[in-house]
Amino acid sequence: MNQIVEKVLFSEKVAKFVVDAPRIAKSRKPGHFVILRVDEKGERIPLTIAGADPVKGTIDLVVQKMGVSSSKLFDLTVGDSILDMVGPLGKATHIHNPGTILACGGGVGVAPMLPIVEAFKKAGNRVISILAARNKDLIILEDEIRKWSDEVIIMTDDGSYGTKGLVTTGAEMVIQRETVNECIAIGPAVMMKFTSLLTKKYEIPTQASLNAIMVDGTGMCGACRVSVGGRTLFTCIDGPEFDAHQIDFDELIVRLGGYATEEKLANERYQ
Amino acid sequence: MSTTKEYLQTEREKEWRTELRKKMPNKDRTARIRTRMPELDPFVRIRYQDREVNTGLTADQAQSEASRCLDCPSPTCIDGCPVSINIPKFVKYIELGSFLEAAKTLKETSALPAVCGRVCPQEKQCEATCFYTQKMKKDPVAIGHLERFAADYERESGFMSVPEVAPANGIKVAAIGSGPASLSFAGDMVKLGYDVTVFEALHEIGGVLKYGIPEFRLPNKIVDVELDSLQKMGVKFVRNFIVGKTASFDDLKEEGFEAFFVASGAGLPRFMNIPGENYNGILSSNEYLTRVNLMNAANDLFDTPIIKGKNVAVIGGGNTAMDSVRTAKRLGAERAMIIYRRSREEMPARIEEVHHAEEEGIEFMNLCNPIEYYANEKGMVNGMRIQRMTLGEPDASGRRRPIVLEGSEYDIPVDLVVVAVGVSPNPLIPSEVKELKVSKWGTIEVNEENMQSSIPEIFAGGDIVRGGATVILAMGDGRKAAAGMDQYIQEKR
Repeated sequence: MNQIVEKVLFSEKVAKFVVDAPRIAKSRKPGHFVILRVDEKGERIPLTIAGADPVKGTIDLVVQKMGVSSSKLFDLTVGDSILDMVGPLGKATHIHNPGTILACGGGVGVAPMLPIVEAFKKAGNRVISILAARNKDLIILEDEIRKWSDEVIIMTDDGSYGTKGLVTTGAEMVIQRETVNECIAIGPAVMMKFTSLLTKKYEIPTQASLNAIMVDGTGMCGACRVSVGGRTLFTCIDGPEFDAHQIDFDELIVRLGGYATEEKLANERYQ
Repeated sequence: MSTTKEYLQTEREKEWRTELRKKMPNKDRTARIRTRMPELDPFVRIRYQDREVNTGLTADQAQSEASRCLDCPSPTCIDGCPVSINIPKFVKYIELGSFLEAAKTLKETSALPAVCGRVCPQEKQCEATCFYTQKMKKDPVAIGHLERFAADYERESGFMSVPEVAPANGIKVAAIGSGPASLSFAGDMVKLGYDVTVFEALHEIGGVLKYGIPEFRLPNKIVDVELDSLQKMGVKFVRNFIVGKTASFDDLKEEGFEAFFVASGAGLPRFMNIPGENYNGILSSNEYLTRVNLMNAANDLFDTPIIKGKNVAVIGGGNTAMDSVRTAKRLGAERAMIIYRRSREEMPARIEEVHHAEEEGIEFMNLCNPIEYYANEKGMVNGMRIQRMTLGEPDASGRRRPIVLEGSEYDIPVDLVVVAVGVSPNPLIPSEVKELKVSKWGTIEVNEENMQSSIPEIFAGGDIVRGGATVILAMGDGRKAAAGMDQYIQEKR
């Protein structure tokens, strides 16, 4: 169960794992996530599914080495197994055909965006994808995204690849150039916040996929609560995608740091 | 195993029981004083998360307590037991010194005797309907303590009996969730010969017994032994599997499952929707207890983090609130407070838990209600505003309604808040099975006789039906559903 059949290093700190999980591979849809626990002492962490092969019975997960749990996962190699994995969780992305889709992915957020881009393309939309990262090394899955996009724009903070600038610079350029019917934003909370502010200005409906702190992932703990349109919702069962213009991103950013002190200590112990 | 009047009568007339009754005159029995459960010293126990508060009766204490039972001709105690344990029979076996037989008797109808002996509110059930309570106005026979004694004795003896199981009938049924309702259901179904698989979403079997109830009240190893016993009877357990998500009901039907028992629990915590409630350091009791109990967050060797507050406020007055506040105390809180909007009398928590909490130095702030939280510049809670309440006329629940005392607000410093104001049913299954009839509260609607839902092959019980009740009521549902499902399947064939 949950054996790693392939590991692809995207950069020093980002890797794609192809994991044996036939049930999940069959039942997952774009937008779904899994909760996993690497070992007996591990915590339960959510990861959005980046793709699946129902025939081979595998799912793809992209991991960025950050804290203890992501490092433990990152350090696994082919043949190792993830101790526990459950899913698919969350609500699937609402795939429809509004016309032109602008897909904005930041950092490893591009991974969960890939199946969504694929689905929107297959549904007959014109898809423009923007991949943004700090530098060239952190731009991932470019070829895969290209396969399902009519156009791909690369943005890097340092200009080491594509155009120098933030995701919003690229997005605004597209919006001013042509009609965008819907936008999706997946990436760091700050990136989604500013993408959302931009599309709000242009009144373009926007979905953001959140990666909150979770324990069980089934609605039980409430750690992942988020304010959407003034209501408290649970990312795990009401999301992970929400109307970005309604999300209280500032609260989300604060909540993501809820265990910052404890995480820092744990990381020091792990190193 | 049914507990019909005739069956109880036959059992009661067995020679050993008749002899035992003659051994001591009733006036001597009733003159005895109820045995007190020995407890770990409060000053010692608050230093350990995993040391049980109640330490259990000795054999002498148990036999002496058992001798108080009058072995009534029509035992009313059984009426108070949701799983209809043959109480006089097991109690008399204890008096006789046949402790293993006592344990066997418990297992005739209860899948989890060592658990029930610890967490059941016996004072509201069997002990409330005991002859002593009802007719003599004396302390009831300590049925709960005796139940625990028998189950513990058997476990520690190394001679665990595995209940008899009917020959396998090859019919596959599924239980969804692995808490008390499911385990009770699985135990009964496997006894009837069914091929039972229990599906659990988490990585551990046991549901609320594992993630919710703390070790100082119910050690995990006790639960594990009961699970092991079910496994030996043939129950299969599948972890990390969400029916409706990992595979649909239709997928499982294709794989041969003929009927389902949904016992997915009340896994959706309620919050109060007051300003500041989403600050960091404010969490549900579910989250707090899950981190500590299931994820071992208080142990530095485990990766899951926990906030160890110095000034901890727990909102609510139920058992979960008590579990949370007592956990906080054990994790080093200087002030561990219960903030509850009604008075002590209206608290839904067991008297024993409240009493234990008090001994451990928990502060009770009754007739108080939080109305707002404050946080530091990092969004970490650092204070709360409390409003005083007074009691008015009784409401629908029969308890006096709390009324706001205007102008009574005051602030206290807090660095951790645990919200334990109740739970709602977990919406996962109802949202995946659209045809399933649910109430406006989101609970699954069932026929109370057999726990069958609006979909004939789906039965349901426990908190997903009740909205938030006790371990034993869930177990009672499990038994009822097993009987109902058995009948449904047999009639269909």
